[in-house]
Amino acid sequence: MTQDKNPQLLDIDVGAPVENAVEWIQTNMSGLLDGIAAVIKFFVDNLEGLLLWIDPYVAGVLLIVLGLWRVGIGFGIFCAVSVALFWEMQLWPETMSTIALVLGASAVAIVLGVPVGIAMSRSDLIERLVRPILDLMQTMPPFVYLIPAAIFFGLGKVPGTIATVVFAMPPAVRLTNLGIRQVSEENIEAGLAFGCTPRQLLTKVQMPLAMPTIMQGVNQTIMLSLSMVVIASMIGAGGLGNVVLTGIQRLNVGLGFEGGLGVVLVAILLDRITQTFGDPNKTGSGGGLPGRLRRAFGRGSNPEREQTTN
Amino acid sequence: MTDKIVIEDVYKIFGRKPELAREMIERGHDKDRIFTETGLTVGVQQASFTIQDGEIFVVMGLSGSGKSTLVRMLNRLIEPTWGSIKVLGQDITRMSRNKLIELRRTKMSMVFQSFALMPHQTVLQNAAFGLEVSGQDRGERERRALRALEQVGLSANANSYPSELSGGMKQRVGLARALTVDPEIMLMDEAFSALDPLIRTQMQDELLELQRQERRTIVFISHDLDEAMRIGDRIAIMEQGKVVQIGTPDEIVTNPADDYVRSFFHGVDVTKVFTGTDLACRDAASLIRDDRADPQAVRERIRKDGFSAGVVIDGDDRFQGMVTLASLDGADELRAAFIDNVEPARGEESLNDLLHRVAHLDVPAPVVDTDGRYLGSVSQRALLQTLDRTR
Ligand SMILES: Nc1ncnc2c1ncn2[C@@H]1O[C@H](COP(=O)(O)OP(=O)(O)OP(=O)(O)O)[C@@H](O)[C@H]1O
Ligand SMILES: [Mg+2]
Repeated sequence: MTQDKNPQLLDIDVGAPVENAVEWIQTNMSGLLDGIAAVIKFFVDNLEGLLLWIDPYVAGVLLIVLGLWRVGIGFGIFCAVSVALFWEMQLWPETMSTIALVLGASAVAIVLGVPVGIAMSRSDLIERLVRPILDLMQTMPPFVYLIPAAIFFGLGKVPGTIATVVFAMPPAVRLTNLGIRQVSEENIEAGLAFGCTPRQLLTKVQMPLAMPTIMQGVNQTIMLSLSMVVIASMIGAGGLGNVVLTGIQRLNVGLGFEGGLGVVLVAILLDRITQTFGDPNKTGSGGGLPGRLRRAFGRGSNPEREQTTN
Repeated sequence: MTDKIVIEDVYKIFGRKPELAREMIERGHDKDRIFTETGLTVGVQQASFTIQDGEIFVVMGLSGSGKSTLVRMLNRLIEPTWGSIKVLGQDITRMSRNKLIELRRTKMSMVFQSFALMPHQTVLQNAAFGLEVSGQDRGERERRALRALEQVGLSANANSYPSELSGGMKQRVGLARALTVDPEIMLMDEAFSALDPLIRTQMQDELLELQRQERRTIVFISHDLDEAMRIGDRIAIMEQGKVVQIGTPDEIVTNPADDYVRSFFHGVDVTKVFTGTDLACRDAASLIRDDRADPQAVRERIRKDGFSAGVVIDGDDRFQGMVTLASLDGADELRAAFIDNVEPARGEESLNDLLHRVAHLDVPAPVVDTDGRYLGSVSQRALLQTLDRTR
């Protein structure tokens, strides 16, 4: 027998205030909500439109070239296989739609998250205030975000993107903060000793030296976005998540597997490719060509941290 | 102006309510006691001294004695708690932020122990960092950075990244970065400490060579005595945040202020510290300023002075030769009485080099400067006394 007695000492309803707040926002700030919705809709629709507008053959080749350039020959082959699978499974439009949602939501999360991370790194007070909010954002089950998102913005891509942004933002914030705080004291002193203003210190010393860590955060944000985009299909965000959802609803194992495989492939592609922007040493593993190409494209080859030899 | 930096009664106390520490310092308590009673750390206390134009001023002391704190107050990377610091005649403790940034950009630069290069920039970009920050256009700053890289022998690596360089090469970049802005003052915090001994000596030589080409005022932190002795024009010894002694290397070796200072020099190889200039003494032989003087009169003078030898110099103080009582005996011209095989030693020769010369001469060994002017002579006795005194 299970005990389902639940003592309640004070008559406090925890859920009610949240409900009231959501209601209040909905009635009093509809203008703002519409504005946000319009911006996000414009952004995501156009991104998706662009990806779907590109001829699948051209897009496929572009993806393979990107894989070759950023990672190496082995990964190039993997990209080719993936593209072929998307085509054979007849999931190309869904894949493009998912990638558009992921990149759109990640871009918003990064644009909002990185400045917050910078602010956190510059003030211990801000760090103390923001940190619990981030903890909350990350531990709250992702489904929960769907409810207010759907209430404020209805169904479709916009609430899906917004729920995704909220869920995926914390790593961008955290790792920006961490990266900047990790910059060695001597590098900061070098910046100051040569006459950096506070702004120059940020742009010429702290941000560049924190970049590998920040890019790790960006990578994590993209991965989280992908997992959320699948969940967000429950409120009509579309894409590969929708395929999985349909598979579940119809108990169609084959369809579910195809959708799931598509998500996994997108995850691997995005992960490997975005990682190379954070840690260009990884490109070295693919042989000389990527390194040479990188150099030809004028990107630095050494984000490797200065080791203190003492 | 000869005083580049004037430090007056400077204190740095880390922590809140520094007045508590000040009171305890004035009551004569030491750093450890102050820390246990108040939780405050005394970084630097009661520092007053001046650093002169063109000298290499070395600050030495054990770990935690406040060397880094002291040097960082000179460009206000660390704010002094009390006291005034005048750099190039301006009190930097009262300077506005903008003025301070201007001073850092144009007048002083810094070299760091672990190099502190920017890993995402090339060697050239690193060297140009100071000029980039002050908004110099690209062509000009790279031209000047390249010249600085040439000075440190790294122009061939201009397009490498720091991670591709050895430690010694990295610090050359650090040095080039400091030289590019053509500063009047360079601050070097244990700049060579992270390098292995051979490279370290090489870098010291290079620094001295750079000083010969263009004299700058350098404040150099070191915990390595040999290094301090080699490159320092003057040395300040710090203990528990206090500057306990300031002087030239040999002043400090011969006359240490207390046991702490003495303990530093325990086992130091004085034959490398002292040079001919330090040992040369004008009271080791008679001085004859006229090479046409009557030999017998000269002989009489030497005897009266109580020496056995005399040094003959010309009107410009240039060394001509040496005479002894024996060589003058019966001579009818002074020049004919010059004894053979007395090649004067150079002032910069170390005691080690002089040792051989002095040991094999019957007369005090004469020492001249780079222009051949007579500085004095080193007698066997004076040399032995020096060795004895610094044992
Ligand atoms: N930011 C700081 N906050 C608190 N105490 C500090 C701080 N910086 C330095 N100190 C303390 O000040 C004292 C002097 O430190 P400093 O770094 O100047 O020593 P140092 O002579 O450079 O030593 P080392 O040879 O180890 O570099 C030490 O006791 C140190 O613990
Ligand atoms: Mg130090």
